[in-house]
Amino acid sequence: MYPIVKRRDLTSGIVLLEVQAPEVAAKAQPGQFVIVRSDDKGERIPLTIADFNRETGTITIVIQDVGYSSKMINTLGEGDAFLDFVGPLGLATDIEKYGRVVCVAGGVGAAPIYPIARALQQAGNEVITIIGSRCKDLLILDEEMAEVCDQVVIATNDGSVGVKGFVTDALDGIIKQYDGKIDHIWAIGPMIMMKAVVEFTRPLGIKTVVSLNPIMVDGTGMCGACRVSVGGETKFACVDGPEFDGHLVDFDLAMRRLTYFKDEEKRASARDNCGGGCGCH
Amino acid sequence: MSLNKVSRQAMPCQDPKSRATNFTEVATGYSEEQALLEASRCLQCKKPLCRQGCPVEVLIPDFIKLISEKDYMGAARKLKEKNNLPAVCGRVCPQESQCESKCILGIKSDPVAIGRLERFASDYEIAHGCCEQEKAPATGKKVAIIGGGPAGLTCAADLAKLGHAVTIFEALHVAGGVLMYGIPEFRLPKGVVQTEIDNLKRLGVEVKTNMVVGKATSVDELMEQDGYDAAFIGTGAGLPYFMNIPGENLLGVYSANEFLTRSNLMKAYQFPDHVTPIRIGKRVAVLGAGNVAMDASRTALRLGAEESIIVYRRSREEMPARHEELEHAEEEGVKFQLLTNPIEIIGDENGVVKGMKCLRYELGEPDASGRRSPVAIPGSEFILDVDTVVVAIGQGPNPLVTKSTPGLELNRKGNIVADDSMTTSKPGVFAGGDIVTGAATVILAMGAGKTAAKSIDAYLKTK
Ligand SMILES: Cc1cc2nc3c(=O)[nH]c(=O)nc-3n(C[C@H](O)[C@H](O)[C@H](O)COP(=O)(O)OP(=O)(O)OC[C@H]3O[C@@H](n4cnc5c(N)ncnc54)[C@H](O)[C@@H]3O)c2cc1C
Ligand SMILES: Cc1cc2nc3c(=O)[nH]c(=O)nc-3n(C[C@H](O)[C@H](O)[C@H](O)COP(=O)(O)OP(=O)(O)OC[C@H]3O[C@@H](n4cnc5c(N)ncnc54)[C@H](O)[C@@H]3O)c2cc1C
Ligand code: SF4
Ligand code: FES
Repeated sequence: MYPIVKRRDLTSGIVLLEVQAPEVAAKAQPGQFVIVRSDDKGERIPLTIADFNRETGTITIVIQDVGYSSKMINTLGEGDAFLDFVGPLGLATDIEKYGRVVCVAGGVGAAPIYPIARALQQAGNEVITIIGSRCKDLLILDEEMAEVCDQVVIATNDGSVGVKGFVTDALDGIIKQYDGKIDHIWAIGPMIMMKAVVEFTRPLGIKTVVSLNPIMVDGTGMCGACRVSVGGETKFACVDGPEFDGHLVDFDLAMRRLTYFKDEEKRASARDNCGGGCGCH
Repeated sequence: MSLNKVSRQAMPCQDPKSRATNFTEVATGYSEEQALLEASRCLQCKKPLCRQGCPVEVLIPDFIKLISEKDYMGAARKLKEKNNLPAVCGRVCPQESQCESKCILGIKSDPVAIGRLERFASDYEIAHGCCEQEKAPATGKKVAIIGGGPAGLTCAADLAKLGHAVTIFEALHVAGGVLMYGIPEFRLPKGVVQTEIDNLKRLGVEVKTNMVVGKATSVDELMEQDGYDAAFIGTGAGLPYFMNIPGENLLGVYSANEFLTRSNLMKAYQFPDHVTPIRIGKRVAVLGAGNVAMDASRTALRLGAEESIIVYRRSREEMPARHEELEHAEEEGVKFQLLTNPIEIIGDENGVVKGMKCLRYELGEPDASGRRSPVAIPGSEFILDVDTVVVAIGQGPNPLVTKSTPGLELNRKGNIVADDSMTTSKPGVFAGGDIVTGAATVILAMGAGKTAAKSIDAYLKTK
């Protein structure tokens, strides 16, 4: 069992959990992920490592409730435990000194970006981070990010704080501010947001790395559920990624593949709403 | 002589129609009466040929004799002298090409049903509490087993019996390997596998699940920092191959590994009580004709597919699946589209599979393996109307361990090179099972695990 030692509600529907998992914490690197299972009947759910502490042997994850399993996990608190917690999986972010870099986070993507931004800063980069959310209340980790970045820009769809608009609008501002002199970009968030960032940077020729979150089962290269197309080649995101050169990713395929189980996902969620026995599933 | 007096006892099975809709075990096992009748057929040969056909040389006439004496527990114990997982082997071993193919009775009539008797004795043991296993005093040596499939489990058990401290490192949340994630419940109940793993734990073997070697730890780290004196790698053939034809990433195309893992390991057949989903269309094509393909096609039927079709390039004679599995699949209504090979999977406007473009084949001259090789018939293109495709054309070695272990010699395909004693090029590191041979069988993996245990024991004595 992997006990939860801390729970913090970041905003409505997004929870931060710190989990005791010394073997994972000893090896975790920015960009890697874990797979968790809350109980014996549960799905294997992939979640990015949002932070790690080698001394306390803990891993931090941030999870947004989007469906049955993530809702279940978000009911867990201090004193509860995960039945399974495996990692660190996937390849680590390529951290080196690039110069001036921009990290773009959309929604819950701020969580995985955080350790990447920190490591990039420690490696001597000038780190500018853009965090996007729908509105002020849904913004997460902006204070933590400010501590590890040279500059944090916030973009909200409704303009309730920061730049009004999408992360691409904020990115446009930054790129103009530095006269296009940006050496590397990371973008993590919903597929549609990563696609928008990639389309925006493509004509500018700025290397843009994205972290893909396809459907996974084992996370060790055994099933191929996570296959994505990168530069016309099929890759297994769990072992070849999850980070890829965004300009080579077939986002339309990746987005479509995320929808394959949507009817079943609805049935899983419906099961608890109706209590079963109603014939609706 | 009892020859021909009693005929080979048939295995009682669930009725094909009803079993094709449930996941309960197909073969229900011999009754005591049947087991006694079958055991009485054995001639108790002085030079039992059957044993030569068994990769782990089970004491076949001896255990059969104990059954005929109604000492079923003794029979189970006799089996376990050579075979750590008899309840598994009694169910999934290809006896028809091993022990039973050598049985002297087979010359004039049917061979003794050795596998069915093996299953009978081991099921008796499971039902009546396990027999004690003897264990040598502790040696103070530590061995790391990487991968909890049949190779790793067997190696672990033998080393534990010799008094070594053994830890299994398993990537998934349960040990068992293909026995847990690949072979379906209706052929090998997971409870049976779990009992065998629990027995192992009782021998003192520690099973560390959720440990991906190559990520959370490495072979070098285990040996250099964590004090393991030797390591055995039994990580199997877990990397699914695809056809590399257009359309393979469409929605509705699964690797057999994904399809079977969802159903078996994650119990998607009990969705939504178990939360992992599996989506199954009306018409499912399974590419390939080995055991894996049979398991996938039979699983598809049980999950509610209206039609489940095996698509295979060669003819029936060349199918690599066990005869019994082929027969069971056919009885349950699996269809066969032979001498056919897909060249493209076609999707609808949402990117969901709606058909498969195929070519028809005919058999040409025999190839190097003696099998007649299929040749495409020009212009024979046609569309097979399917909405789900399961690719079951084979698996290769997963590189997570091999790539993270410097000094380990690999062959061209990425399998570990090991000699007859399962010794690798890296001192103190042994390997066996599918990771060495490529996808093979449970009993060969177990045999490799046993050999490796002997070699490791010898190696530890020199240290
Ligand atoms: C490498 C990786 C890292 C991730 N990191 C985070 C993270 O840090 N925080 C976070 O909140 N989410 C993260 N996700 C996404 C998270 O795993 C899914 O939101 C979760 O599995 C949804 O399960 P559900 O039952 O709650 O929702 P469902 O109702 O099953 O599905 C809701 C949505 O999630 C997608 N989804 C369903 N199952 C999976 C699955 N097994 N893997 C991926 N997506 C799936 C569906 O396509 C659908 O769009 C990550 C995914 C991957 C692959
Ligand atoms: C669907 C299917 C049906 C089959 N039917 C039959 C049959 O009827 N009869 C028969 O004899 N054979 C059958 N086989 C073949 C047989 O199952 C295999 O030959 C056998 O399981 C090989 O055993 P193994 O121990 O080498 O590997 P596996 O059983 O593959 O076990 C390897 C284990 O290592 C673990 N592992 C992998 N990488 C790592 C890592 N990096 N760190 C930690 N752990 C790791 C895996 O999770 C797995 O548990 C079938 C195979 C399949 C897929
Ligand atoms: S060869 Fe056949 S008859 Fe002879 S001992 Fe073996 S099982 Fe019995
Ligand atoms: S999740 Fe199974 S191969 Fe990537």
